[in-house]
Amino acid sequence: MANAAVAAGQSASLTNRKYGSISRDRRWALRWSYFFLVLFALFFLMPPIYMFITSLKTSAEISAATNPWWVNKPTLDNYIELLTKNQYLLFFRNSAIVSVLTVFITMLISVTAAFALARMKFWGSATLATGVFLTYLIPDTLLFIPLFKMFAWVRETTGIELINHWWTLIILYPTLTVPFCTWIMIGYFASIPKELDEAALIDGATWMQTLTRIFIPVALPGIIAATIFAFTVSWAQFLYPLAFTTSTSELVLPVGIVTTLIKGDVFNWGQIMTGALLGAAPPLIIYAFLMDYYIAGLTAGATKG
Amino acid sequence: MADIAAPGSTTLSGDRRSSLHKLVQRKSTIAFLMALPLILLIAILVAYPAGYAVWLAMLNKSMTKFVGFGNFEFLFKRPTFWDIVFQSCLFAITAVIFKAIIGFVVAHFVHNIPAKGQRKWRGMLLVPWVIPPAMSTLAWLWLFDPSYSAFNWILAHFGIDRIPWTGEAEWARFSVILVNVWIGSPFFMIMYLAALKSVPEQLYEAASIDGATWWQRIWYVTLPMMRNIIAITALFSLIVTFANFDIVRVLTAGGPLTSTHVFATWAFRVGIESGDIPLGATVSLFMVPILAVAATFILRDINKRGSEV
Repeated sequence: MANAAVAAGQSASLTNRKYGSISRDRRWALRWSYFFLVLFALFFLMPPIYMFITSLKTSAEISAATNPWWVNKPTLDNYIELLTKNQYLLFFRNSAIVSVLTVFITMLISVTAAFALARMKFWGSATLATGVFLTYLIPDTLLFIPLFKMFAWVRETTGIELINHWWTLIILYPTLTVPFCTWIMIGYFASIPKELDEAALIDGATWMQTLTRIFIPVALPGIIAATIFAFTVSWAQFLYPLAFTTSTSELVLPVGIVTTLIKGDVFNWGQIMTGALLGAAPPLIIYAFLMDYYIAGLTAGATKG
Repeated sequence: MADIAAPGSTTLSGDRRSSLHKLVQRKSTIAFLMALPLILLIAILVAYPAGYAVWLAMLNKSMTKFVGFGNFEFLFKRPTFWDIVFQSCLFAITAVIFKAIIGFVVAHFVHNIPAKGQRKWRGMLLVPWVIPPAMSTLAWLWLFDPSYSAFNWILAHFGIDRIPWTGEAEWARFSVILVNVWIGSPFFMIMYLAALKSVPEQLYEAASIDGATWWQRIWYVTLPMMRNIIAITALFSLIVTFANFDIVRVLTAGGPLTSTHVFATWAFRVGIESGDIPLGATVSLFMVPILAVAATFILRDINKRGSEV
């Protein structure tokens, strides 16, 4: 009886295999995919979620060492305290001004240069394009010491103090953003059909008009991607502000949170996590709304060119 | 524009030709002027400092005397320096390997599910890459906290002793690599996903008709088709990971002792915090060889693809 049932089951599975094996394989592959995706999503999202959990806790609840993954008495005190504290708002303001101005300068420099390099070839332009890409590969960790020394030299010779001012970062950040933005803009501009600018030039447009009336509107997705890249890089930059600014009033967000919210060995974790979460908010919000542009910019660096 | 007009212009009179010549000349002048801000920026703030670093590395501490390779000799004799060489390579290589594997696996899972759900998952899985590293490393620092570690709390429920995540040399190294992998693997995932989408579906159909198992499909179809993108992503990531500063700085500040210092953090410690600028410059210069090798391979690949198109 049992044997018969087993045999029946076997034959059923055999016929299934014959006719439905591919769809059944697919179904199982799909289930496993979802299972592992959930696991990986947990791993990838755990730190930000934990930041959020901690940000809702009072110091008393944190030091009571209850379940760290659960909030017993949720409170917004940490948010209220930080957002009414002048110091934190100052960091936020410094970060915002530096990032916005950096983005503006970056786009101005890189869009015009990319147009010149992609369309109006001149002596050495091909070498320069390669050079731009090479510059992108030079990390900030290699340049901060000589730049520090150079800025000290500027002070000695001209009397202009560049160290320990937040606006110095506006000079430094373009070195990180311009090469990459120029590189991906060259890629976008090169993909625009030549007929478009030829038509414009025949109609008597100047080069500047061709750039502003034709290239910028057509390459708008690329420009948005480059803008997002420039913003996230300048918002997240940590080494330059750490090396070049020290006074509390001159700090930008990442350094401000790390250096001022940690007082000696006393860690006010509720506030640190709130500060870090609020600091991560602007790039996260931009990402949430412009995800496709963000990803386009991310993949463009290596796939275009 | 001018290139195309040129053949027709041969039939025109001489002054038209010279005006055309002027136009071409003006065009390259305008182009040069448009690229000038970029050239100045790169020359003054990237190329010059890079060369200046080499000069700085050959001065004594007070920067009054030329000492040639004195700083290099000094470093070679210090065991700490060799520890830092080892740690930098260990972190970069291990982290890139794990990033590549996790990125590849996750990209496959995302690619497997129906297209309309992919956007949502991709969006969630890229979050670590979007959060500024200094901020997310703070979250990890709190997760690794010696007395309130949320991981140790979970482990305690399974009867596992508390782990000194950042307190002991070996665990601290593990933690640094873990955070590196967490931040970096989404980038690999996105790159691989884009590459997976470009593999023609017919190749997989042909493979399954030939009776290929899933493993053979990956080994003989997916991997060869993605070889280029895997290599270039890994090289990019190698550069970024090798030169990384934020993670080690926030998570361990190089400690315990110097067991998690890498070139970047040690250069900062020596050059800015201890004020020995020439020695700091010397330390950071040791990143150049690996960066140069990676950059050469990337450039070769890009030039090759440029000539194919």
